[in-house]
Amino acid sequence: MATTQKLVGAPVLRKEDAEFLTGDARYTDDLVVPGMLWMAVVRSPYAHARIKGVDTSEALAMPGVVAAFSGADFEWAGPLLMAWPVTADINNPPHYPLAKDKARYQGDGVAVVVAESRAAAADAAEAVQVDYEALPSVTELEPALAKGAPVVHEEFGSNTCYTWKLTNGDVEKVFEEAPVIVKQRNVIRRLIPNAMEPRSIVVQPTPSTGQFTMWSSTQIPHVLRTGMTLATGIPESKLRIVAPRVGGGFGSKLQVYPEEALALELARRLGRPVKWTETRSEGYLATHHGRDQVQDMEIAADRDGKILGFRARVLANMGAYLRIIAPGTPVLGAFLFCGCYGGEAYETEFVGVFTNTTPVDAYRGAGRPESAYAIEHVMDALAREVGKDPVEIRRMNFLPPFDEPTQSIGGLTLDSGNYPATLDKALELIDYDGIRKEQQARREQGDQRQIGIGFSTYIENCGWGPSKIIGNVLKYAGGGWEAATIRCHPTGKVVVVTGTTPHGQGGQTTIAQLVADELGVPIEDIEVLFGDTDVAPSGWDTYGSRGNAVGMPAVHRAAQKVIEKGRKIAAHELEVAESDVEFSDGTFSVRGAPDVTRTIASLAFSSWTGHNLPEGLEPGLEASAFFDPGNLVFPFGAHICVVEVDTETGETEIVRYVAVDDVGTIINPMIVDGQVMGGVAQGIAESLFEEAKYDEQGNLLTSSMTQYLVPSATEVPNLVLGRHETPSTTNELGVKGVGETGTIASPPAVMNAVVDAVWHLGITDIERPATPERVWRAIQAAKGGAA
Amino acid sequence: MIPAPFEYQRADSVEQAIEVLSANEDAKILAGGHSLLPLMRLRLARPSLLVDISRVRDLSYVREDGDAVAIGALTTHHEVANSDALQSLCPIVPFAASEVGDPQVRHVGTIGGSVAHADPASDLPPVLLALGAEMVVRGPGGAVRTVPAAAFFRGLFEPDLAPNEILTEIRVPKLAGRGWSYIKFHRRAQDWAMVAVAAVAGSNGSPAAVTLANMADRPFRAAGVEEALASGADPATAAARADEGTSPPSDTFASAEYRRELSKVLVRRALEEALAG
Repeated sequence: MATTQKLVGAPVLRKEDAEFLTGDARYTDDLVVPGMLWMAVVRSPYAHARIKGVDTSEALAMPGVVAAFSGADFEWAGPLLMAWPVTADINNPPHYPLAKDKARYQGDGVAVVVAESRAAAADAAEAVQVDYEALPSVTELEPALAKGAPVVHEEFGSNTCYTWKLTNGDVEKVFEEAPVIVKQRNVIRRLIPNAMEPRSIVVQPTPSTGQFTMWSSTQIPHVLRTGMTLATGIPESKLRIVAPRVGGGFGSKLQVYPEEALALELARRLGRPVKWTETRSEGYLATHHGRDQVQDMEIAADRDGKILGFRARVLANMGAYLRIIAPGTPVLGAFLFCGCYGGEAYETEFVGVFTNTTPVDAYRGAGRPESAYAIEHVMDALAREVGKDPVEIRRMNFLPPFDEPTQSIGGLTLDSGNYPATLDKALELIDYDGIRKEQQARREQGDQRQIGIGFSTYIENCGWGPSKIIGNVLKYAGGGWEAATIRCHPTGKVVVVTGTTPHGQGGQTTIAQLVADELGVPIEDIEVLFGDTDVAPSGWDTYGSRGNAVGMPAVHRAAQKVIEKGRKIAAHELEVAESDVEFSDGTFSVRGAPDVTRTIASLAFSSWTGHNLPEGLEPGLEASAFFDPGNLVFPFGAHICVVEVDTETGETEIVRYVAVDDVGTIINPMIVDGQVMGGVAQGIAESLFEEAKYDEQGNLLTSSMTQYLVPSATEVPNLVLGRHETPSTTNELGVKGVGETGTIASPPAVMNAVVDAVWHLGITDIERPATPERVWRAIQAAKGGAA
Repeated sequence: MIPAPFEYQRADSVEQAIEVLSANEDAKILAGGHSLLPLMRLRLARPSLLVDISRVRDLSYVREDGDAVAIGALTTHHEVANSDALQSLCPIVPFAASEVGDPQVRHVGTIGGSVAHADPASDLPPVLLALGAEMVVRGPGGAVRTVPAAAFFRGLFEPDLAPNEILTEIRVPKLAGRGWSYIKFHRRAQDWAMVAVAAVAGSNGSPAAVTLANMADRPFRAAGVEEALASGADPATAAARADEGTSPPSDTFASAEYRRELSKVLVRRALEEALAG
């Protein structure tokens, strides 16, 4: 059936929703395998402790307990995969699934028990006796680098993991001679990811063949399989990894986890299926955290506010061990401390630091929310310094619009950009002059509720690839390409296999939209398969906003191959030259004789029977394609936040929030809006609410959702969304990524608004998150009162 | 999230529940479970036996009774919040109940369970204290005693209840048009109060009652404020004494110092609201 109504660009309802909304969707924890055992991990209550002995005898004697092991009972083929050694001299401690001699963070696994039921496993884990010798610990960045600090990994002699530096231009000279220099110190707090679905693992062994199937709530079944092979020695050919429906990840399931290796190894050792599902509070300790940086940001400008140079020094908390891309996560933002602005000189330096804390790794935005915060927050400070409006300071420093690749002072080749356009559009969506007037009036009246307006004209880089650059320049051990297969069934139904692994991004819908348009097949007839290494053997999975930017062009190329093969068969059947066959809306027709046609569906059938194929052409109508992009993609946009701050209590309320994003060509605007809304909500969360806290002994104080403030719908305002489309030049579809833009854009908009609401009181900055107490203290300090 | 092993028994009547409680030392009453079960899941509470009274339906009611309104202990927060009788006779109680947790909590959690838990950060206790409410407590052998709110909350998670006693009814006075205010300061809709203030205007010229949540080990009567009001101070002046005698916690939400200052602001606002018109 040919369709002429194009689906790309339309707000097509999500194909996946029926399954999720009716509860048909099966998550890993829904799986029950006959003979299944439950695993429980015994975790260190200490942030730092010598393990002097582990006694499992009492646990082993309990009813239903099958086995119990300490770290010393395992010999691993290799450590857990750490894929991004950013420098040649990085201190990279091998990390094994259980600690043997020393626990290095509260929650570090020291023993494991396996029992017939989850409750029995939980009881037995409590009965394992571990003899700890508590050691002094350190959780914060600067104390960890101080002389005499407790050392997390003694073999390195200090807690420094690596130093990575990038310099473009004569930075020293620019900063020496610039008439205006604005400096800011930003503490980017530690965050706990909180995917709605906790992590879960089921491993089923087939002892007779040596094969294993692992279901895991993971974003990365392909990378995980390699990681499991490296850790356990079980060859990839014997391992099938399935990520069934996955309830969110935000980077926290972009990981090769100790529990995955443990469950696999125990299934091998015991010859029985093994299951593990984390509890939320266990996840708070054992699932990696995000962010945790201290930034010293400097900007050099002339007296008008024209920027001359950028310089940032960043301390980045790695936690106790290096997880899969931990060292590289901050570096993902290393080229973006100049934002979308021009300048003459640029320098960023990152120091990775070990501490006695849960390992830190990618969390929605990974590196770019941090860099966007540094530049967009200092822009408002620069505006105040030179007496300009934050809109004006941005306009005078924007790179001019471009639709050909353009070099940035940060060292990137930007694909396309039109920064003034998104700012103009965002300003159209608020009454800027009116709000400024109201702000002035309230300031003059000394109103208890003060108004602030914050801007963020952000840029980011996403669409993880290209393989050569991420490998050779960034020293990332993996690839950045993507794979797709399109298979036309005899009756004309189509299966699309993608190497990406959607887990909330709507890929089942957007991929089907593209293929429906390209092959002219109704979207109902298209199934999108993914997330199973037997079904989709090739791919690099979903993270870093790459599903669309890298995955979609692979699908497009596979569709083009199907069309080209179809053209050969159509020409043969219609007895004309291939060059005389035209393809449009799913129909092959003979040039000049539009009624003589073949459809994809009819060719699917004839290619299946093979009765009448051109000489030498293989049967079947299916094709695979690999796409390795030539560059990253660079979404951008303008967010404006308006807040009211209660100057008596310090409470902040967001009263208006406008987001205009340019994420290249849009496949499904409804899904784009959803991604932006979710991203902004998470950005508001880290600006006003979320902050993981440790006490001085290294105990996680924010150990549950009671103390760790994930905002609910009530606390997130309605968002006003606008849109602008500048096609990317990186791929033939013009698409960019949208999974992280909201999280990258919103923190500076929110925090700039909070500071703007109170700076007339003499306040220059407020630490994140801007809790009522922090704002209140800033106001008290400005008044000269106690704070 | 996996509780330690425990036994479970359902009681069909208050008498039966008291009998089981008397016979088992570590037994705990289970009503809505919204205070107890989280503690058990974290293994912070390890009762040997749960006595489930949630099916004792004759403990779920709101009825007028002379100068008071009687609320059965198993009445859910949702039922309290939506009770026509309470909304017209003592509206501060349904208002405070509507601030408890989230809709799911309010549909399962009960007023009796919440009050008997005696969490100083809870919404209802300061309101009951400001109202001078009474708790009806039943014990073995048909014993019934009535405890004023001021005596019922004895300390942190420490109600005036013997292990074999059950809180069965809460009696609140009719407000008869007296002004009131309940202001809860919290970060998220479903959170406990960082600080909360209940204020109830006095009748026949008597001064207002002012109480605080989460400023001490129990719901706290702001005696300094009441005294100032009694001697004719205006709300702003009286509110400055809000933290007198308090011992607020410092925790991940806020410091004690901030809570003290916050209590002054909130008491002033609550008094302005309660005493308006």
